[in-house]
Amino acid sequence: MSDGTIVRPYGDTTGDGMVQTSFTLPVPPGPRADGAALQLAQKMGIEPAMVVHSHGIGGGGGTAGDGAAFTFFVVYGSVRHLVDLAAVQVEERAYPLLSPSEVNAAIKTRLRRSLVVLGACIGTDAHTVGIDAILNLKGFAGEKGLEYYREMQVANLGAQVGVADLVRTARDRRADAVLVSQVVTQRDAHLRNTRELAGAFREAMGESRPLLVVGGPRFDPAMAAELGVDKVFGRGTTPGEVASYLVSALVPAEEPA
Amino acid sequence: MSGKLALNPVLVARARELAARAAAPVVELAQAHTTVSVERAVLRLAGLTGTDPVTGDGPEQDRVPWVNRVVDAVRDQVGLESGVALPVWHALTSGAAGSLPELAEQVGAGTARFAVPTDPEPAREAARAAVAAGIAWIDANRARRDELVTTLGDPPRRPWIYLIVATGDIHEDIPQAQAAARAGADVIAVIRSTGQSLLDYVPEGATRTGYAGTYATQENFRLMRAALDDVSRELGRYVRLTNYASGLCMPEIAVLAGLERLDMMLNDAMYGILFRDINPRRTFVDQRFSRMVHARAGIVINTGEDNYLTTADAVDEAHTVTVSQLLNERLAHEAGLEDWQLGLGHAFEIDPDRPESFRLELAHALLARGLFPDAPLKWMPPTKHMTGDVFRGYLLDGFFNLAGVLTGQGILLVGMMTEAVVTPWLSDRDLALRNVRYVLDAAGNLAEDFHPQPGGFIDRRAHTVLAEAVDLLERIADHPQGLIQAIADGTFGITRRSPDGGKGLDGVVRLAPDAYNPALELLEGVRV
Repeated sequence: MSDGTIVRPYGDTTGDGMVQTSFTLPVPPGPRADGAALQLAQKMGIEPAMVVHSHGIGGGGGTAGDGAAFTFFVVYGSVRHLVDLAAVQVEERAYPLLSPSEVNAAIKTRLRRSLVVLGACIGTDAHTVGIDAILNLKGFAGEKGLEYYREMQVANLGAQVGVADLVRTARDRRADAVLVSQVVTQRDAHLRNTRELAGAFREAMGESRPLLVVGGPRFDPAMAAELGVDKVFGRGTTPGEVASYLVSALVPAEEPA
Repeated sequence: MSGKLALNPVLVARARELAARAAAPVVELAQAHTTVSVERAVLRLAGLTGTDPVTGDGPEQDRVPWVNRVVDAVRDQVGLESGVALPVWHALTSGAAGSLPELAEQVGAGTARFAVPTDPEPAREAARAAVAAGIAWIDANRARRDELVTTLGDPPRRPWIYLIVATGDIHEDIPQAQAAARAGADVIAVIRSTGQSLLDYVPEGATRTGYAGTYATQENFRLMRAALDDVSRELGRYVRLTNYASGLCMPEIAVLAGLERLDMMLNDAMYGILFRDINPRRTFVDQRFSRMVHARAGIVINTGEDNYLTTADAVDEAHTVTVSQLLNERLAHEAGLEDWQLGLGHAFEIDPDRPESFRLELAHALLARGLFPDAPLKWMPPTKHMTGDVFRGYLLDGFFNLAGVLTGQGILLVGMMTEAVVTPWLSDRDLALRNVRYVLDAAGNLAEDFHPQPGGFIDRRAHTVLAEAVDLLERIADHPQGLIQAIADGTFGITRRSPDGGKGLDGVVRLAPDAYNPALELLEGVRV
């Protein structure tokens, strides 16, 4: 452990280790509930911990009323754990971030045709906010969506597209990449849907299948291989990141001879 | 409240006239067609329930309802151009079956034979009597609601606090809904299982296995209403129950809501088309029938304009909300709903990083209030700009609540700071209700002192949006296909939907001159 790689949370003084957290216990409010919260905080590594606030939930005649079966806590304290920055593992971006004009130039000079991108929401999810943020001209986080990229031919199929339809459309339009977004999900439906998607493309098109990219707030970007897709984007992904990835994955590195 | 803005009465009148013109082709379309779901709703009003046991070994909710089996059989044998009532009650009056359930059994066994009678009078009379019994039940529920509101009382103030419950399991929903009511909720909405709107049947029975919501079934409606009646008595105020009549089964769900005394229903003229890709024709036919049933049942509808702003920019597209509200109002009035039944929707979705965002929100909310002074507007919380920063989200929800009381909103859907993070935790709901209560207690009567400067920022912004709405309505009204073409052009919420695309078109049937729908006859009989 070399100098500078060990850090602790910062409240108002270097090394004070201060954190704040909140949680609910299924215990009626009172000294016993606060004691239970302190015990949990200590087991979480917060020592000393302070229960700075607690109130009952679920009592009759208003949340603070009698008979509450639950207690909500806000806890502050110093956490005894250390963070070793040298041991932190993140998936570093393995491709350069390009501006829209760089993306267009790369496609034009090195691919020498339009890059065909299909987007859709699959399963029963009707929330197109994710795919729209990436594809719509309007874009997201100050970046224009892929429709803005002159050298890309983008089709947004919208919500609740069947996997079979998506495969057919991808084949008919000779899609280079298929982008699938899933926002609302429960009981890991997003993972099940993604595996189904990957399986359907593998079965129908084998090696010649388009690049498969999925995204949504509940995905873990490290899961691509496990899910059978090429790339997984998590929360907060911007259109520019997706465009840059598509270039790195689909456009030859050098200009063809 | 309507006097906060001095809206130009000529422009307001022009907007309503254009909305009526734009909606006229849709009404004609609805009058000239029926759908499989409208016909199934007729059978439900006549009391046909249950599922065909041979259509699955699993739980009852996975089996095909009898109403679907009968309507499909009639369609296969004689078509639906005359409606389902004549062939079905002809089979009953001619002695082929003794009762509707017995006839359904024959359909299940493959022995039922349907024909459109040459003398329709006996079948018409029998069908009318059978359906009238269902409508009488709906009327009795409406009277019962009025009685409960009178004896128990309404919420002490506006806006009514609307809270969502949805676990997927009706038996989990019930204690959560009761707890929410005790914590101050005036209206409980049970969100449906994701994708139920795309099922072309209504599942049967009490269900415990929904995804991100609980199936809308008649039994689930009954169980939840009974549980809320209990808690209403405990609290001394009538707690209202909401569900969703959008999707492929709007007419049937509307009937079930009336039969089980639900109090509010989500019912938007265009939501299914735009956000669920349901065929526009199917939607408009189903929507008209469902709204006629809601009108009769005394149910308050909630429209879905908030959804537009989750896909389109809340400032640039603010006028599309106004246009949709005007169209929803027109189509609702046409179906017999009165102003007090119109929970027209709008939302607090302007980017909080935009300068003056709160003043813009106030302008939009006051415009809706001024245009629809007698409607209980449904005010929807921020979702699009809830980023996972729960602290900022809590502040934003506070401003949303403040805008709600300042502009006299009727129904306030409680915003969750954990929107876009998790389905609400117990503590999230509690904190959200504390936020609402603080604002209502601290500033509930501030509307009295709030008078935007004539010609000031808010006043000017409201006029701009109204003028943009009138421009857009002109373009819609001038098109020969009116509203349907506007939807195909992507006027609302960016999505484009063609009149021949989407799900459920094969369930739409053009009516023949001899068509007979006893429910329409009875429902239309009282209005006009």
